Amino acid sequence: MESADNAFITAFHLIVSMDPVLTGIVLLSLQVSLSAVLIATLIGLPLGAAVALWRFPGRGLLITLLNAFMGLPPVVAGLMVYLMLSRAGPLGQFGLLFTPTAMVIAQCLLVLPIIAALTRQVVEDLWKEYAEQLKSLGASRARAIPTLLWDGRISLVTTVLAGFGRASAEVGAVLIVGGNIDGVTRVMTTAIALETSRGDLPLALGLGLVLMLMVAAVNGAAFLLGESARRQAG
Amino acid sequence: MIRHGRRFALGLVLLALSSGTVAADRHIILASTTSTEQSGLFGHIIPRFRDSTGIDVRVVAVGTGQAFAIARRGDADALLVHDRRGEEAFLADGYGLERRDVMYNDFIIIGPGEDPAKVSDADTAAEAMRRIAGAQAPFASRGDDSGTHRAERRIWESAGITPSGSWYRELGSGMGPTLNTAAGMDAYVLADRGTWAGFGNRQNLTVLFEDDEALSNVYGSLLINPERHPHVKHDLAEAWHRWLVSGAGQEAIASFTRGGEPLFVPVVTR
Amino acid sequence: MSDLRVPVGLLPLALREVGFRHGDQDLLKGITLQFGSSGKTLVMGPNGAGKSLLMRLCHGLLRPTEGSIRWHGGGRLGGQALRRRQAMVFQRPVLLRRSARANVEYPLVLQGVSRRQRRRQADAALERFGLSALAGRPARVLSGGEQQRLALARAWVMRPEILFLDEPTSALDPAATKAVEDAVLTFHEEGTRIVMSSHNLGQARRLADDVVFLCRGRLLEHSPAETFFTAPASAEAAAFLRGDLVW
Repeated sequence: MESADNAFITAFHLIVSMDPVLTGIVLLSLQVSLSAVLIATLIGLPLGAAVALWRFPGRGLLITLLNAFMGLPPVVAGLMVYLMLSRAGPLGQFGLLFTPTAMVIAQCLLVLPIIAALTRQVVEDLWKEYAEQLKSLGASRARAIPTLLWDGRISLVTTVLAGFGRASAEVGAVLIVGGNIDGVTRVMTTAIALETSRGDLPLALGLGLVLMLMVAAVNGAAFLLGESARRQAG
Repeated sequence: MIRHGRRFALGLVLLALSSGTVAADRHIILASTTSTEQSGLFGHIIPRFRDSTGIDVRVVAVGTGQAFAIARRGDADALLVHDRRGEEAFLADGYGLERRDVMYNDFIIIGPGEDPAKVSDADTAAEAMRRIAGAQAPFASRGDDSGTHRAERRIWESAGITPSGSWYRELGSGMGPTLNTAAGMDAYVLADRGTWAGFGNRQNLTVLFEDDEALSNVYGSLLINPERHPHVKHDLAEAWHRWLVSGAGQEAIASFTRGGEPLFVPVVTR
Repeated sequence: MSDLRVPVGLLPLALREVGFRHGDQDLLKGITLQFGSSGKTLVMGPNGAGKSLLMRLCHGLLRPTEGSIRWHGGGRLGGQALRRRQAMVFQRPVLLRRSARANVEYPLVLQGVSRRQRRRQADAALERFGLSALAGRPARVLSGGEQQRLALARAWVMRPEILFLDEPTSALDPAATKAVEDAVLTFHEEGTRIVMSSHNLGQARRLADDVVFLCRGRLLEHSPAETFFTAPASAEAAAFLRGDLVW
């Protein structure tokens, strides 16, 4: 249990000392994961809602795919994005490999199915309740989407947080497409993996505690936001 | 509330867009091995190179096999690895223009302090491996086609043994995770000296055998053929490639120490 | 959009041989009737007679499987444009998860009314239905009676030519029922055509100008209220008025 004690002390020191390297890593982690979640949310919410509201050929297949991709292994997502962004791949000309942008793309791929699939479920349930009323009030299906997303916001915040949890916790994808370059693409999870492989377990665990604090802080902020929304809207 | 939300979202979008342009311009991507990265060598020599040339070197540390694969796809500007045969194949296939020895250190055989296979009494690396196999003592192999793994297979070959059985465990992991596992199960393991020097979770493990010609570990720098991959930053990469074997580069490598001992020996002093 | 502003009224509404089939069951069949341009029609009948279904067909939420429903002044307006000139209040209104005022503003948002206009019209409607004090409260925490009045206020801002009400008071206590009935009269005074279903005889007597009586998916009677209550033409209506079980 010695290393666990050390880990708490290490984590404490890391936070108190505001180590600039660690600060940079934390900020990059937040930047990459929040960007990925934001983009996935902007695509996933309307996509999930559209799948919930419209019936079209292949819809069942799409839903199955979205649900299945919720469990996409990060390493596989990383490999797919690597092959796309590699110089020998279709998007190679943009030179995005081993940059934070590549990490955002890979995490987006991991998060999008979660947000889209859970949004579909939330919106479909709401639609059962709302369909007649909204139609009566003169809303088209397309116009109903923002209304339903807004009314489902409390559940959807949880959905987005689930996406953020996945993004900030994964290491496989960012390691492959980011390369864990010191000061450029090193984020919390890849730093933890690195320190583990260097055998510095207290530091690795300390970084892990800092990561958990970071995720908890984001969740806490979202919780407060949700509570104020709940109070406003009942 | 809503207005705040919008401003927040806008900020995030800007954040997302800005992420592609962090620290740009004069840098190269160097594909290298985890052993060099984890020893801390790059943290010592890259700032010196950057100060004298203004070029930053971004290290992607992977196994040697993966480093070759990255370079063959054109995703790295430079290569620094430790597998002579693989390096020669890379040149022969036209992906590299030139290969230079840069530095060397050595592999060491590590095991539990009690040394049940009496490896420390061996005269050669091959004999040490034969003792391990004879005692059926647990041995942790990288099993990841890395430079170290390739070196390990060469030594088994020279010892006339095809390792198999429950004592021989192929982990498919990097050097660090392999050492972690070996420490956990009191296994023997072949490691590079650099990673071992920087490794913190040794538990009961200790160096049991070293200093044998068969354990020599030579690192080579490869200049990538710009005809194969025109986008590669050839000029910057060439500056790095030349600097490594220059007086300044060799001096930088020699001055990197850990616990007072140098970890890599520059070739010019060989 | 300009044809929305054509002053010609939608009414009368004419149903010809309207039927609605679900599976192999005729839920409604052979309904022919006309709703004139003014007045208050009560749609009555035992449970399962097809009252809600008839109103949903008229409002355009469902399409009849046979027959035709025609708005005299509807011209070539599509379903949505038609529905924006009508309103419907459901037995259990669906209120959006936002403030009472935002709920009333919502149909105006759909119509592209400016923010300031919306606010003014919503506040006026809230005041008219005695909800001003609750304007900022989340709609979902209001009582059943308040929610139903809010649904009426939401219908009010749409300035509907015709208002359908589907058993709007069946889940309410007498005081709340009274408030809803007053609201219905308010609509009526402003010239809105009322079509309301109910199985509450007292309510029907208080409100109805004429009565449509349905039983097992058939239209058995459409007569002035006085006639219906004093001399029903069908045996089923007579039994229904006596309080006997009818099916």
